[in-house]
Amino acid sequence: MADELLLEMNNIVKNFPGVKALKGVRLQIRKGEVHALMGENGAGKSTLIKILTGVYHHDDGTIVLDGEEVAFKAPVESQMKGISTIYQEVSLIPYLSVTENILIGREPKTALGTINWKKAHEEARAILLDMGIDIDVRQPVNVYSTAIHQMVSIARAVSMQAKLVVMDEPTSSLDDHEVEVLFRVIRKLKNDGVSIIFVSHRLDEIYTVCDRITVLRDGEYVGTWPIQELPQTRLIAHMIGKSETEAAQLTRMKETEDKTGEKVVVKLESIRQGNRVTDVSFELHRGEVLGLAGLLGSGRTETAKVVAGVHPADGGTLRYEDKPVRFRSPRQAIRAGIAMCTENRKTEGIIPNMSIRENITLANLRQFSRFGFVSRRKQNRVVNEFIERMGIKTPNADQKIKNLSGGNQQKVLLSRWLALHPNVLILDEPTRGIDVGAKAEIHAIIQELAKSGLSILLISSEFDELIHNSDRIVVLRDGRVIGELKGDERTQDNIMKMIAEHSRHKEWGGEMANDGHETSSAGV
Amino acid sequence: MTDMKLHLQASDRRALAAGELAKRFALPMVIIALVVLNAAVTNNFLSTNTMWNILLHVSTTTLVAIGMTLVIATGGIDLSVGAVMALSAVFCTFLLDYPVVVILAGTMLFCALFGLLNGVVISYIGVQPIIATLALMIAGRGIAQVITDGYLVTFTHPAFEALGKGKLWSIPAPVIVMFLVAALVYIAVRFMTFGRYVEAVGDNEQASNLVGINVKKIKVAVYVLSAVFASLAGMIETARLAAADATRIGELIEMDAIAAVVVGGTLMSGGRPRIWGTVLGAILMGLITATFNMNNIPYSYSLVIKAVIIVAAIYFQRENK
Amino acid sequence: MKSVATPPSGGIWRASGTFLQKQGALVALILLVIFASVRYDAFLTSVNILNILKQNSMIGIVAIGMTFVILMRGIDLSVGSLLALGGILAAMLSPYGLAAALIVPVAVAALLGCVNGLIIARMKIEPFIVTLAMMIGVRGVVYAVTKEKTRTVDDSLTDFFVTLGNGTFIGIPVPVWTFLVILAAAAFVLRFTRFGRNVYAIGGNEDATHLMGIRVDRMKIAVYTLSGALSGFTGIVLAGRLGGAAQPVAGNMWELDAIAAVVIGGTLLVGGRGNVIGTFIGVMLLGIILNIINLQGTLDSWWQPVIRGTFLLLIVIVQAQLIKRKQEQRRT
Repeated sequence: MADELLLEMNNIVKNFPGVKALKGVRLQIRKGEVHALMGENGAGKSTLIKILTGVYHHDDGTIVLDGEEVAFKAPVESQMKGISTIYQEVSLIPYLSVTENILIGREPKTALGTINWKKAHEEARAILLDMGIDIDVRQPVNVYSTAIHQMVSIARAVSMQAKLVVMDEPTSSLDDHEVEVLFRVIRKLKNDGVSIIFVSHRLDEIYTVCDRITVLRDGEYVGTWPIQELPQTRLIAHMIGKSETEAAQLTRMKETEDKTGEKVVVKLESIRQGNRVTDVSFELHRGEVLGLAGLLGSGRTETAKVVAGVHPADGGTLRYEDKPVRFRSPRQAIRAGIAMCTENRKTEGIIPNMSIRENITLANLRQFSRFGFVSRRKQNRVVNEFIERMGIKTPNADQKIKNLSGGNQQKVLLSRWLALHPNVLILDEPTRGIDVGAKAEIHAIIQELAKSGLSILLISSEFDELIHNSDRIVVLRDGRVIGELKGDERTQDNIMKMIAEHSRHKEWGGEMANDGHETSSAGV
Repeated sequence: MTDMKLHLQASDRRALAAGELAKRFALPMVIIALVVLNAAVTNNFLSTNTMWNILLHVSTTTLVAIGMTLVIATGGIDLSVGAVMALSAVFCTFLLDYPVVVILAGTMLFCALFGLLNGVVISYIGVQPIIATLALMIAGRGIAQVITDGYLVTFTHPAFEALGKGKLWSIPAPVIVMFLVAALVYIAVRFMTFGRYVEAVGDNEQASNLVGINVKKIKVAVYVLSAVFASLAGMIETARLAAADATRIGELIEMDAIAAVVVGGTLMSGGRPRIWGTVLGAILMGLITATFNMNNIPYSYSLVIKAVIIVAAIYFQRENK
Repeated sequence: MKSVATPPSGGIWRASGTFLQKQGALVALILLVIFASVRYDAFLTSVNILNILKQNSMIGIVAIGMTFVILMRGIDLSVGSLLALGGILAAMLSPYGLAAALIVPVAVAALLGCVNGLIIARMKIEPFIVTLAMMIGVRGVVYAVTKEKTRTVDDSLTDFFVTLGNGTFIGIPVPVWTFLVILAAAAFVLRFTRFGRNVYAIGGNEDATHLMGIRVDRMKIAVYTLSGALSGFTGIVLAGRLGGAAQPVAGNMWELDAIAAVVIGGTLLVGGRGNVIGTFIGVMLLGIILNIINLQGTLDSWWQPVIRGTFLLLIVIVQAQLIKRKQEQRRT
């Protein structure tokens, strides 16, 4: 590993309207090293990468690549200088072939200057075979699974003869065997002298394959360490900072109650839906907070959506208050008393240009109107109550919801569903992308609701969030329930062990670098 | 990200507010400016006669544009309005033996069916609005022409003709209808649940579905309304001419209507329907035509100005968003 | 070593559904041709077929340009007006020689198409609005310049124009040649050049394409320029067909016919899928319907738009249903 510097980013500053995303960040990458970039959601990792690759432009600071100062204005420019990127949202062109998705922009040409398809297909196939993937490259890429999509993205990035490959969450859709393939690829690149920036939440992966780690927090540079000098606990402490451990203590543990003796409100019997939910069965009791744990892709959200009427089940029975039901639309579920707060605020939650007041009252607008005319007075009564009770920070209820911070938006959405006085409340990733303070507030609200007798289904990728806020946890993997944890059984270790034990490929199970401490990192 | 979004600098906030103000009053100000210009330059401009005339000429376009506003607010488009006007013109001539109320109601009901067809094909079958309404545009006018065999159908029916030619205290009837409809729709949009649903669907269709709004029904409703208003516009034209002209009536009106909606501030991607904005947009376009007309500048030049205004309007809306 | 994913296959029903979606227009065309040949003796004659081709060559060329735009998830409503402009400029410049009469109109139309592209790509305004404005504005200019009167080509070039519009070359009308040549070139570009593949990519997923390093803005500008150029060129040919007379109203509403042909031919409005052969089929379908109505003789010409509109509606309904079914299949 040469000690020569390939990339040096110094004092990078980036501001968005109203937010300071990066406040003078540093990053140094040596030639031939695998460098991890870590931090919580909102720390600035994605922003930094997008500045490096030319999607954004930095407001201040310098970037020196291989001795030359650069400032890319478009992704194509960074590509031309030898940086190739796998972005977090796997982005391919669905109807184009695998070959084209790998080779677009540099398809091999014939003597006449036209595309040589035969050669292109051969090249693409060879690249994939090198990675251990054997598929028909002529097919459009959307006939294949998400995992294959990710592999194709990886194939494109690594086949570009780059000096630096940036991988932003490259393993989110991969199973253990496929992750192994990626690691093989990474080791090969390293041998060839290529540098890699590796962003991931999966600590085990970081510790397996990376040489050094840089930590960002709240847009600031915290530090860089060689991996041997940084045990996991210290890494996590750097990532969350002391203030967060204090805040973590704010989120008091919920008084766990055993509600399994209570009436069953919602019962799933062998529910099957789409290609994500294979066979899910569990019960939700009255007044219970049931946590749904699992990795990305395990089918939790899709299961919840069956209960909420978004996608009716293809098989199995859903029972609500003991009667078999089939909700064919969200409206039907809402009318029955089931409310779901979805995980994707931006695309499925907020009506961006409408006010806080309108967003809160939209789900049961009829309650606030007479003969079709909306009564501002009736709205205000309820809305103002929620603003106070939830602690929504806003000068008034007329503010457009898109102007609020993530945490406040989430509170508005929660208010919307609570305004329905639902029987069952489903929360899908209720604190995603929300800062520490707001997170604690929302947890307090959830616990308060549970105490008042509401039955809650809580989905979260953060095991700690589940443990602190639920009475019981059901674990999903690959669209099936693989286990249940009650009371003291609910620990991060147990959840991870359960998931790992049910892994399809035994060779990867059990190798997690864990020094036994409870951590609050996103366990996925 | 932390709670920083609202912590704007005071200067940022002031700039934002000024931008919002400019956006809201830009259109009326341009109209006033144009009126002032005309008062100075054009003969006989400031007479009430002229004013009503201009409003009369834009009344049918405005009516159609109001319906178009609702459709565009949900993220769709309706190219069939001209054809519906033709169908309406032709159909109402069959009802001339009946009282005016029946003529109006019957024709609007008939045209509502076409709106229903549009709505169902777009909402339930999933065809793109531009294509579905294009198909009706082509076929609809054809049907109207088949029925009349291309001939002008003239008639006499004083009560019905009053719809197009009548005046109330020197205000032409079509102008009254235009403002009445605009007011009613504005009330519906601003104060009724219907308006909230239309805006929500246009702003974020997925979220609206999850909130329990019957997105499909709302979409069907706006296409029905668009057809009904186009039908009314068609009857007004027909009444005014005392003739049903299946070939010419409503020619190119969809483009004028879309232009009025766009200039009026409703976004093509969907969102809040700006009814009065549309009305002002249509009036602006009418003013431009009148300005050119009354100063003997060829109609063709006005088209160029209109094109520029459309692009400018969108550009400025985008800036201030 | 992973031996992996094979794409889902699945029986005759599914296969025929996919086939129908891809080749639905072709099937309809074949059926229609069979129907017409059986019913009308005059249909399958070379005179008639060539006539159909000749009458639809011009809308065909415009539709080819439109195909590129729609593949990229855009739309171009200005093609009709640019067509008129092309014809008028050709007529006005004809006194200055053939080069001026042929090159300048195409160049100007291309330039205006470029303006469309620039506003769309740089100012990020919706293609519908931008090209709508261009359509209105250019039509205005055309009326203004011609004072709404038809302009005829200078006597020195009348013969050329007449040949261009009505002449034949080894039995096939010149306009048909231009159509077929442009069609072949377009098909080739879309399949075998990076430019063509980029068009599909942008239509399929613009953001991903941008991230993959393609200069999306430049591509957009290029495609709208191409559409403009083809429209301008068609205006010249059309003027030729009318014996060297360029009408200010030429091309009125042609954009809508072009869109209809493209959509019928299987290119999706959301972009990313389709091809010019489909557009050719779409153009032919609409042309043959018109032809059948003429051969029938008993229907007035007023029925033509009714049949065309209904046909368009039926085809897109079938397409929408097939797409829905495909999506559902993919989910299970």
